[in-house]
This record gives sequence, C-alpha cells and structure tokens, in this order.
Amino acid sequence: MEARTAAPPVVGAPEVVLHGVPVRPRGWLGWLTTTDHKKIGILYLFATFLFFILGGVEALIMRLQLAQPDNTLLTPETYNGLVTMHGTTMIFLFVVPVLAGFGNYLVPLMIGARDMAFPRLNALSFWLLMGGGMAFYTSLFFDPPAAGWTSYPTLSDDAYLPSGGVDAWILLIHLTGLSSILGAINFVATIHNMRAPGMSWGRMPLFIWTILVYSYLLVAALPAIAAAVTMLLTDRHFGTAFFDPTGGGDPLLWQHLFWFFGHPEVYIMVLPAFGMISEILPVFARKPIFGYKAIAASTVAIAFLGQFVWAHHMFTTPTPKVILIFFMLGSFTIAIPTGIKIFNWLATLWRGSIVFKTPLYFAAALPGLFVIGGISGVILAIYPVDWQLHDTYFVVAHFHYILFGASVFGIFAGLYYWFPKMTGRMMSEALGKLSFWLMLIGISMTFLIQHSMGLSGMPRRVYRYPADAGLTEYNVVSTVGSFILGIGVMVTFVNVLYSLRHGKRAGNDPWKANTLEWFPPSPPPENNFDVIPRVRSVEPMKDIRREVGRRYPARETVADPVPPAI
Amino acid sequence: MAVVALGAVLLGLVDAGPAFGDAFTPESGGSPNADDIDTLYKITLYIAIVIFLLVEGVLIWSLFTYRARRGGAPPAQIHGNTPLEIGWTLGAAVILVVLTIVTFLYLGDIENPPPSGPNGLPSAEQFALVDQAEPPKTGGPTLDIGVNGQQFLWRYDYPGDPPLYSYYEMVVPTNTTVTLDVTASDVVHAWWVPKLGGKVDGVPGHVNQTWFKIKRPGVYRGQCAELCGYNHADMHAEVRAVSPERFLAWAERQRAGIQQAQEALARQRRERQRSEAVN
Repeated sequence: MEARTAAPPVVGAPEVVLHGVPVRPRGWLGWLTTTDHKKIGILYLFATFLFFILGGVEALIMRLQLAQPDNTLLTPETYNGLVTMHGTTMIFLFVVPVLAGFGNYLVPLMIGARDMAFPRLNALSFWLLMGGGMAFYTSLFFDPPAAGWTSYPTLSDDAYLPSGGVDAWILLIHLTGLSSILGAINFVATIHNMRAPGMSWGRMPLFIWTILVYSYLLVAALPAIAAAVTMLLTDRHFGTAFFDPTGGGDPLLWQHLFWFFGHPEVYIMVLPAFGMISEILPVFARKPIFGYKAIAASTVAIAFLGQFVWAHHMFTTPTPKVILIFFMLGSFTIAIPTGIKIFNWLATLWRGSIVFKTPLYFAAALPGLFVIGGISGVILAIYPVDWQLHDTYFVVAHFHYILFGASVFGIFAGLYYWFPKMTGRMMSEALGKLSFWLMLIGISMTFLIQHSMGLSGMPRRVYRYPADAGLTEYNVVSTVGSFILGIGVMVTFVNVLYSLRHGKRAGNDPWKANTLEWFPPSPPPENNFDVIPRVRSVEPMKDIRREVGRRYPARETVADPVPPAI
Repeated sequence: MAVVALGAVLLGLVDAGPAFGDAFTPESGGSPNADDIDTLYKITLYIAIVIFLLVEGVLIWSLFTYRARRGGAPPAQIHGNTPLEIGWTLGAAVILVVLTIVTFLYLGDIENPPPSGPNGLPSAEQFALVDQAEPPKTGGPTLDIGVNGQQFLWRYDYPGDPPLYSYYEMVVPTNTTVTLDVTASDVVHAWWVPKLGGKVDGVPGHVNQTWFKIKRPGVYRGQCAELCGYNHADMHAEVRAVSPERFLAWAERQRAGIQQAQEALARQRRERQRSEAVN
C-alpha cells in the first residue's frame, strides 16, 4: 500500500502525490468489495444471466417431459418442483434484477452523474439478491418448493407441503424483495437529485423514465408480498391461520395480497424493456423518437392503472359480479397506453433510415411480439372468456409473449446495444443475427401453438396428459421450438464470451447514439465524466456531434446512416 | 401482402368448423354458456386479428421500405404529430368501448342459468332446489349439485334423502338446468369441463357457483385446472348426461347401493365392536 501511494518522484516531471487515499483492491477482491455502480451493474448482469440459464434449463426439462403423452421421464414431484423453480427463478432472479443491473450500469451514465446516490446500499442490494438466490437454490439439496411461483395456500401450508422448500421460497422472496426495495430507493434518489445540468424532466432519456417508474412500482408493490409471505411463514410454523379456513382464515386473502404485488410486477418486468427499445429504435432509425411525451406519459399511466387490475388473475374465484366487472374494465383501459407505445414505436421507424444492426433486430421484434401478448391479454380480461382460458396453456402463451417476447427481447436488444459501452468491444454481428433468428423462430414455435393447447383444454402445470387428448402434436412442436429458442440464447452467450476478447474496438460512440452514456470512453473510467456536459435537449449526444461537425466540417453529419466506426 | 394472405388463412381456419375449431377457439357444444363464451371469444378474435395484421403489417413494411441506403438523404427529423397521436388514442378507446358493449350483451346469457327445458327432469320432490342464488322461475325443476374437490378427485352431492352422492363421474339429466355449488375440502381446486362452460375455483371455506344445461346425452370430460398437489394432472372429472328417465333410474340404483354399503359398514362396525368387547 505504501509503495503505491508514494511513487518515486521522476526528475523533471510535475510531482503529484496523494496522501491518505486508500488503494482499491484489485482482482476478484475488487469485484467482491466494489461500490462502483458500473461494476455492480456488471455483477448483476453476470449473476442474473447465470440464473437465466438455470431457469431455461428447468424449462427445457419440462418441455422434454411434455414432448410425449404419459411420459415417465419425470415424477410429478420433480415436475412440480421444476414448475416452481422455473417461474420463481425467471421472475425474481432474472427479469427483475437484470433490469436493475442495466439500471445500475446506465442510470448514472445516462443522467450525467458520477455514481448512484448510495453506492454502499447499491452493493448491499446486489449481495442480498445473491443471498436470496443461494438460499432458494440450496433447496435443491433437500426438497424444492412445489406449490408454483404463486404458492397458493392451502397447498403451500405445512399440512400439504411440510418440507422446507416453501420456506426456502419465502426466504428468497424476503431477500430479493429487500434487495429490490433498497435498489429502487437508490434509483429514485439518484434520478431525482443527480441529473446533469439542463436535464429537466422533459429531457430525461425514456429508459430513465421507465427505471424511475419501475422503482416506484417496486416500492409500492413489494411490501404487500413481504407481508403475505411473513403471514405464510407464521401459518406454517407458528400456528397462525391467516390463510387456513379451518382456523378461520381465508385462502383468498393470499391471492389478493399476492396479485396486488403480482400484477404490478408484470409492469416492473416489462416497462424498462420498453424503455430500452425507446432508446434503441430512434438511434437505428436515425430519427428522433416519435411522441417522446406520449411515451413517457403512457409509462406513468400503465404503472398507475396497473395498480388496480390485480383481481383479473382471480376471475374464477368466488367473487361478486360488480368486482369482476370493475377489474375487467380496468384491465381494458391498460390497452390504451400500451397501444400508444406500440404506435409511437412504429411511427419512429416510419420514414426513418433504418440501420440493420443486431440491437435493431431485437428492438424491432419487440412490438411485433408484444402485440400478440397484448391482444391475448385483452381477450383474457373479458372475464367470461377468461373462465374458459384461465389456468390453461393459453395463459402460459400469453405471459411468455410478454415476458419473453417483450422483456427478454428488450433485454437482449439492450445487451447488444450497451455491450460495447460496458466492455469497449463490439459484439459479433453474424452471431448476433444468427441468435436473433433462432430466438424468433424458437419463440414462435414454442409459444404460438400453446394458445391452441389451452383452447383444446390443456391446463397449465400438469406433468402429463393422456394420449387420446389430441395434445401430442402441439406439445411436440412446442418442445422442438423451445430447444431452438435455447440454442438461440446460447449463441448470444457464446457471442459475449467471444467478443470480450476478440470483438472490434468500439470507441466512445459506435452507434452514433443520442444519450450521455456514449460521451465518456468505453468502458467509462471510474468517475464516469471528467466534465459533465450541459444538456440542451433530449438527445444531448446529437447536439455534441453537431457542435463537433460545426467546428470540423469535414466530419460526418448528424444523421449519417452508416456509422464509420463499425 | 403475405400478411393479408396469412390473415385470410387464419380467418378461414377459425370458420373451418369442428376439425380446426378447438385450435383457434374455446371448446363448446355441450351447454349454452360454453357456446356463448365461444361466440364472444370469436368476435374478440376477429377484432384482434385486424389489429394484429395492422401492427405487424406496418412494422414489417417499414422495416423493408425504410432501410438505410448508402448516399440516401438523411431522414426528416420528426418529433411527433399531435393530431395523429390523439387519433390513435381515441381509436384504441373506441375499440375497447365496442368490446365492452359486446361483452355486456353476452354477459347475462353466460352468467344466469336458464329455465329447464320441457323434456327435462319431471317434477320430483327429492330433487327440490336448495340454496341457489338466482333460481329460474319458469320451466321445469332444476337440479342443484354440490361439487367438492379433494386431493385428487371430485365428489358430487345430490339433494334429497336418502343420501345420494358419487365420485369422479357426475350423472345428470338432459334438458335440465344443473346448477353447481363448488367448494373444496383441502386445497384450492378448479372445476372445469370445457364443453360445459368456464371453470370455477373450489376454494376451501367458500362456495362458488356455475351452471350448465345439456341437450344431447353424452360424456363430457374435464379436469382440475388449479395446481392442487402432485397428482394435479390426474384429477379428471366426467359428466355423463342421460335422459331424465334413465337419470331417475340411476339415482334409485345409486341410492340403494349407497344404503346397502352403509348398512354393510354398520354391520361390520357392530361385529367388530362385539368381537372387541368379547376379547
């Protein structure tokens, strides 16, 4: 330590000596102890993509089991465990935290700040997430939880599932929930207080708008499930009967508390992906985002309305008609702000000069896939129709079009788009496009046909179906599709590993992008900005390039369709 | 153009009748409420297909038409168009209003049980109505069956005395409105026979209601639709619709069988108590 802080003076050069500055540990210790938002962001991405692989493998094992009628590959015990692990992993350990990872990396850079508001709290958020994930996955070594990611009592009570799996699940909800709430408070504090000079609310990047709304939603929704799982824990171990009708409790109370969290959770998982493509589409269409204010406002509107539709997950429960109608109409209204978003994205591409790079492929596929999930969502919101479709594969198809078609495609668009900033290297375009086409074919084969499975009477979460049910062909197609999808995802991971070493140098701003994170070098130095530029519009980098172009007229123009750096 | 062709194919398949019916629409044909749900679904699906084709069409067309070309002029830097944005917001709202109106037109027929038909169950006192919220005032007598989900089978309790109940297979008369009071005695289950209408959850401590009315004799299969434990996939149910005369005959046989079994059980208990007392 002494040696580093007091370097031997060089004769003739100006001498700069720092005293009392602790030296940051390097190597793996540096990663474990870091409070730098960029390193924490990368830790988040690394960990959550590992969980994504785990959850994906769980899904593929289930698809294998369902590839044949009356298959005996898995026992029902294993299958129910996989159902629970897959859903819980994808939601609590992948989609929500991977968005926190992107947010961590990008929020300070995009708003022109040098770090998050509370760097240590930020590190704590990440390590709580890891604790939750590890507590949950250790249940593999005794008895994994088997009540589904929704863990409805009374099935999840100790009378029916006495093993510790459900308790591991409860611990995961508590730890990841705490992680998300702390992270959300951090985002809110950062975005409200640390924006660059000139970045008013109307000049904030749309991804920042969605991360802000994501954070408020987390703070609003998570306490409900924290309370619910605590009650479940005391029901299981301390003799209370919140959800046990034999003791005067009510299983429906759980469902209300769960979905009061669970429906906003959908928007928590999808809005930041919308924000990502709202950044990416205009960059590759070489045209500003169409209707900036409408997109920002619709994000807020979706979040607000999303608080009042939770009981559309409960249309088949014993519920008074007036409540069913309220939640049906409430769910309808959400189609308006989501429709606005889709139309604005289309209008952004319209009459653009579209540069076909991998991020654009994933970003442009998002509206096309999301509209399927959105439409089936409106169909499901009609409660008498939902009585037929509820808890069937139609619903499985619907929410995978939202969570895979919108969230994961958005996340992959973001990965390809921001990878050069994070690593300083470009990803391979050939592998990227291969991955995209495999994933597009895979998702369509896997999930489009699941609508038909549900309409033909296949309930979700069944470990087998009889041969005479007419479901075999559908399931075979879906299973083949799921493996194509899996290969497509793996190609991107190969691409990441390959490009980390062999990718082309990216430079500061390889895409000729619009937002501030492209101003510093790639990867940015620890303090992000030596000088924080003044923000004069919603596209500060365009202003900076224009200024450069004015000073050095020989350089390329603002809307140059083919960026020379690539 | 390919998109339009695809749409035409989709529309054709929806209307192609029973061969493809279940692939694109919910199952129906057993009970009027299932038929109404099917119709409501189809109307929604037609609107949905139009919106789907519009969005995918504009998306794919834009991607093909507005590719960047070397040496092409930079695109116009358009930031928005307020009349257009207000227009599509109102357009979306209008579609939803239409959808709401259509839904309310069908809601009553789906939710409210109709009166029994003229060839339904003849007036028979042991099947008097119990405890149904909105009994149809006209028509023949209706049948109210208690449905109880248990890991991993269904129990059906018929009204009247001496006791009449069955497991797995529910036998009902044709042309008769059958109302169900669905509950569960352990975990949450969901009663669902697709051709006879939508599903209802059986929740411990609650009674949930639905109905069906079957015209043609036949067997209608269904299964539990809410994860209820390890054998959830095998929790099947069957509804067998028979003519009212055969139903009454079945009920008599079943009652006699239950009574015999109970007497046999009582006998065994007595003998066991006696032998225990002797020892």
